[in-house]
Amino acid sequence: MPKDELKGGFRLIGTRPNRPDGLDKVTGRARYGADIVAANMLHAAVVRSPHAHARIKKIDASRALALEGVKAVVTRADFPTGLTGEDWNLQENTIAGDTALYDGHAVAAVAATSALVAQDAARLIEVEYEILPHVTDVDAAMAPDAPVIRAGYADHSVPEGMHPNVVRYIDFGHGDTEAGFAAADLIREHTYKTEATHQGYIEPHACLGQLGADGRGEMWVCTQGHWYIRRMCAAVLGIDAANLRVTPSEIGGGFGGKTTIFMEPLALALSRKAGGRPVKLVMSRAEVLRATGPTASASMDVKIGMKKDGTITAAAVNFRMQGGAFIGMSPVTEALQCAFACYDIPALMHEGYEVLANRPKAAAYRAPGAPMAAFAVESLLDEMCRELALDPLRVRLKNAAKEGTKSSYGPSYNRIGFVETLEAALAHPNLAAPLGPNQGRGVASAFWFNHGGETSVSLAIGEDGTVQVSVGTPDIGGSRASIALMVAERIGIEYDAVRVNVVETGALGVNEPTHGSRATFASGKAAVEAAEQAIAEMCRRAAAEWGIDAEAVEWVDGAACPAGPNAGKFPPMTIAEIGAKMGGTGGPISGHHESVPGGVGASFGTHVVDVEVDPATGKTTVLRYLVVQDAGRAIHPAYVEGQYQGGAAQGIGWALNEEYVYGADGRLQNPVFLDYRIPVASDLPMIDTVIVEVPNPGHPYGVRGVGETGIAPPLPAIANAVAAATGARLRSLPISPPKLLAAMKHK
Amino acid sequence: MTVRVHLWSGLRRLAGGADAVEVEAATIGQMFDALIALHPGLEPFIKAGVSVAIDGEVTSGGRNIPIAPENEIYLLQRVKGG
Amino acid sequence: MTKIHVTTTVNGETAEFLTDPRETLLDVLRNQLGLTGSKEGCGTGDCGACSVLVDGVLVSSCLVLGVEAQGKTIETIEGMADPKGDLHPLQRKFIEHAALQCGFCTPGVLVAAKALLAQNPDPTETEIRYWLAGNLCRCTGYDKIVRAVQDAAAEMRGAA
Repeated sequence: MPKDELKGGFRLIGTRPNRPDGLDKVTGRARYGADIVAANMLHAAVVRSPHAHARIKKIDASRALALEGVKAVVTRADFPTGLTGEDWNLQENTIAGDTALYDGHAVAAVAATSALVAQDAARLIEVEYEILPHVTDVDAAMAPDAPVIRAGYADHSVPEGMHPNVVRYIDFGHGDTEAGFAAADLIREHTYKTEATHQGYIEPHACLGQLGADGRGEMWVCTQGHWYIRRMCAAVLGIDAANLRVTPSEIGGGFGGKTTIFMEPLALALSRKAGGRPVKLVMSRAEVLRATGPTASASMDVKIGMKKDGTITAAAVNFRMQGGAFIGMSPVTEALQCAFACYDIPALMHEGYEVLANRPKAAAYRAPGAPMAAFAVESLLDEMCRELALDPLRVRLKNAAKEGTKSSYGPSYNRIGFVETLEAALAHPNLAAPLGPNQGRGVASAFWFNHGGETSVSLAIGEDGTVQVSVGTPDIGGSRASIALMVAERIGIEYDAVRVNVVETGALGVNEPTHGSRATFASGKAAVEAAEQAIAEMCRRAAAEWGIDAEAVEWVDGAACPAGPNAGKFPPMTIAEIGAKMGGTGGPISGHHESVPGGVGASFGTHVVDVEVDPATGKTTVLRYLVVQDAGRAIHPAYVEGQYQGGAAQGIGWALNEEYVYGADGRLQNPVFLDYRIPVASDLPMIDTVIVEVPNPGHPYGVRGVGETGIAPPLPAIANAVAAATGARLRSLPISPPKLLAAMKHK
Repeated sequence: MTVRVHLWSGLRRLAGGADAVEVEAATIGQMFDALIALHPGLEPFIKAGVSVAIDGEVTSGGRNIPIAPENEIYLLQRVKGG
Repeated sequence: MTKIHVTTTVNGETAEFLTDPRETLLDVLRNQLGLTGSKEGCGTGDCGACSVLVDGVLVSSCLVLGVEAQGKTIETIEGMADPKGDLHPLQRKFIEHAALQCGFCTPGVLVAAKALLAQNPDPTETEIRYWLAGNLCRCTGYDKIVRAVQDAAAEMRGAA
């Protein structure tokens, strides 16, 4: 039977051992981005534009340079010219050229002997601005009279006659939507808006960079992907990638926001200018919120046609998203592709526009695009189910995509587990919990692609038979534990006998970041492949010692054994015995695997939430929350639950509290956690989880990525629950108390 | 070998309006070259980077990836993750 | 700016340092005393990642000046396990319950939870949630954190 059809029988997979980095992380010993020092180190501070859009007329650093302890100041003039494409975007965002494009855009940076002196010096750098008209709202940025952020920047896809701020157009679909809508009993159409939110990782960006006059350097940095840091820094600075060695610190959360650079090249440029002294650069929370990548804000039209029995006959969407002042950052493509991916719909049309605005360069945020799309589509679907008096979960079941369904974005699905999540939700006791006055229940589903990505892993057998695994995907939520479980399972040794290390760029081939829900899938799959190589070599060593053919040796429970009675009678040779003498039998034994792994299993989830709305204040309290999601197979179920719960909490924050608030002056009004309010412990109930396991045939143990999908359903599920509780339908997020109170009064 | 390549609707305008185009190709690279030869308007899209889904699976779009007549082939806009 | 000499007690040991009067206690702990277990997540007292005890009182060390440590007794995450290295029950339960993902907020949460259990050995779920409302965690959704605190409290009461 193929592994992916195995329902059990695993020795370690599915157990919940302590994570190997747990002790370091509960004792304060784990070293994050800001926790390292170097001899002769300098500290840096960044001068940022207070204007949303302004021409930089003059930068005068003379007073700063005169301050005792100041060693270097850099501006755009210290960076190479002639970059193109995304490299130019990265450089332009790292440090402004002629024009500051958003409130918080870096204009200059200074290095000094202490952080306090660097901050004093930053205040002494005088920048003369000519303020330009700005725009921060996506719809306003498309309007005919909107200020032009960058002319001639649109790509080949944009139809003629659009405003220059519209830089990308996407359309796709299938079937005859006209006929589909004609066949519907009910057609509804509405516009939805979501504000930008921030990933909100608790660790601000931090790095320690060193770069010599010879173009060689190194960097310690909190990141989801240090090869990305290496490539991007090298491009922005005009140095060779191989000459920059990047070591990832422990990472204090990322959620997609630490897959790119924001200020890292500044530390390197300052170091080079300060004679190669190491430079430490740590962002404040306000810098994180103003100048790193939040997600896009969105304005979305949705139209759905439905028969009286709940069958969806056709649907059309038109999404507009701004991802800051740079092309390619809004996840409008992904949002469109996710919009109807849960469903089997005969006729679909998707259109989308990417729009520039005077906001920071957006970055990926957990299933980029999926939460906005889910809010729009799943809200309208819920509204129509209520209008037709249909059960919203059963309508989803009726239209659910299955194996072989032609997906909304084109290709047909392989084995997927969406139906199973709906069935598990229908069977869950939360669905039977009684609701009181002012309480309501909402459901919603979502899809995410998941991702394979460039992956390089190596594995080596120790002299005592223990195993070290080197991976290039930083461990954000327990991936060392899950990879160790898979390797130990395959080799047939104890979990504690496998040590998984996240290694620097000099130690492996290129790895993409821990993104796209890929670390346990891709590094895990590669680690199992590497283990297979090492096992084959250990079998060859045993065969040579026994004087039999390698094919006559098999690997059982951590030892080489004769494959059958004909192979000869030899006692099993354990991994410890093979490791102890490998120096004399041919040298070190290792395995490695490099690939862009295929077989990525798509992910589906369904959430059920109960809320209570205070009719006097409009405050929404989450009473009960259920996440059901297909994990393929849960390698370490506790950390799978953790991903579900954490995704749900972020989605709840997006639904109820979180938003970027810009003033009329284009400045971010809430760049502190007091005002950019992420959920705190007292805002949430326990978050119930059901791990559905429909094994992914593309992974040796059936793994699907689990990290991202869970953030999307809470946005519509909460809006649907609020509508059920109050009768007020909120089509823009967040559902803040004053907004909801006003909607309740006018319903 | 003749393969059938499904286009997203934005590409169909540039390829005579068809949902799918048939070209002679044994690899993704040959497929891209044949598509551009047949419909030069596709070149900027393909050069900007597209994903190719083969039998439901989104690949890296590497030019050496083999394709065959029995495969379901879709061009998709590039996807990124968080 | 002239630096000020401060003598204090940190995790049971006498510590001396010279500090700029603008430096916070968090800066001093991290940069002068090498105790980087306390984290800076916001610098404005909103996230709790820098939580320490000063004379037994739970504070955000980013809101305390280094000079204010004069003559005080300070406890940080580095002093939570016993001197032999045996973990506090809260530390152990956090690992066992997978109550941390990235781990960045964990030192602050643990220091705060220890302060809670010192004054309330049997807190309800609601009491735990309100006590820890000053400690932001972006990874876990708090579920496993609450369970770990409950389990540690039960063990410490001898009820487990």
